[in-house]
Amino acid sequence: MTRISVKVDGTTYEDEVEPRLLLVHYLRDRLGLTGTPIGCDTSNCGACTVDLDGESVKSCSVLAVQADGSDVTTVEGLAHNGELSGLQRAFHERHALQCGYCTPGMLMAARDLLRENPNPSADDVRQGLEGNLCRCTGYQNIVRAVLAASGQEVTA
Amino acid sequence: MIPPAFDYTRPATVDEAVRALADAGDEGKVLAGGQSLLPLLRLRLAFPELVVDVGRIPGLRGVREVGDSLTIGALTTHHEVIRDPLVRRYAGLLAAATATVADPAVRHRGTLGGSLAHADPAGDLPAVMLALDGELVAVGPRGRRTIPAREFFVDYLQSALTADELLVEVRIPKADGWGFHYEKFQRVAQAWAIVGVAALVRRDNGHIAEARVGLTNMGSTPLRASAAEAALSGAGDPDAVARAAQEAAEGTRPAQDTSASPEYRAHLARVLTKRAVLTAAGMG
Repeated sequence: MTRISVKVDGTTYEDEVEPRLLLVHYLRDRLGLTGTPIGCDTSNCGACTVDLDGESVKSCSVLAVQADGSDVTTVEGLAHNGELSGLQRAFHERHALQCGYCTPGMLMAARDLLRENPNPSADDVRQGLEGNLCRCTGYQNIVRAVLAASGQEVTA
Repeated sequence: MIPPAFDYTRPATVDEAVRALADAGDEGKVLAGGQSLLPLLRLRLAFPELVVDVGRIPGLRGVREVGDSLTIGALTTHHEVIRDPLVRRYAGLLAAATATVADPAVRHRGTLGGSLAHADPAGDLPAVMLALDGELVAVGPRGRRTIPAREFFVDYLQSALTADELLVEVRIPKADGWGFHYEKFQRVAQAWAIVGVAALVRRDNGHIAEARVGLTNMGSTPLRASAAEAALSGAGDPDAVARAAQEAAEGTRPAQDTSASPEYRAHLARVLTKRAVLTAAGMG
């Protein structure tokens, strides 16, 4: 067992973990933060995307021990006092989800994308979200929502 | 899936890491960004007894200009490589090819050194290192040694590194003024290259004075398309490039898998070499 200290959505946790424990399992099974889902288990789908020290990562491809001393933000840390973030609101208003399974990862990847490129084109959004799959194929509204969240006029 | 159990150590220095690897013999595995190793562990395709996490060793990250070459720390992430002004200026091929690796989240974690040490012939960066005539610097119990990229990729997922050596940096001769392009054919956006071609071209008076062509996924290691390179020398128009590109699969032994037959891969190597060289030479 290895001792780790990780800050998740503003709260610092001290824990003993097995080195093989994946960050996504730590978030879900130890901390009960089940807002971050496990999708594919092969690093492809991006459903488990979280923010690790200011960058989007796939939490199925990071060990919990690698996050020792780090600051993690999950989808559960986006809203404040029950109020959705602008990006979450845009997803809600633009119906950027169907089944919703990919949504936490889409939000975290889109948040990172907008931080790096605050005024993206539709193509930039598609490229930036290339690591996140929506099995409902609801990409059109996801792209529109991200553009709307960036403050751009979106038609249709 | 849940990875198999392993012991874990996070050395603070290169020397500590090398000692840990030496103690583990063949049962140790280096963890840098983990974007190759973690999927292997999750799918239970690797069973190391000890994982040596080198991710926080200071001094192994970043790009420096040293004389006529760039020195890139092995822990420099793909994300950092793509944005680095020195890489963009002197090794644009590396920046361009790295931008096609996986997706942004993977590029935030994955490292240049890790993807080279993994030695996957389907990975994009090994063929790029071959085309750039790079060198890899390793530290082991017997000190440092420099390995030319041409000697580094030994077999499928096997590099010239011994079990107790750690890749610490990569050196790339500056190639400013050379045209470059990485052309990759893949089934879907994030898939491995079925075939990839890294082209580097130096032009003189409208002719190709020298061309270097690296091949991704055309055998058990990345390869140089030597016959095509020789045939490209002196090519002055698209037809000449197209003729030379017909040699691109010479001497290769591409694999058969669910994506492609060896014959189809050879076809792709010829077509992609033509495209990559034409773009690199500004003739596209």
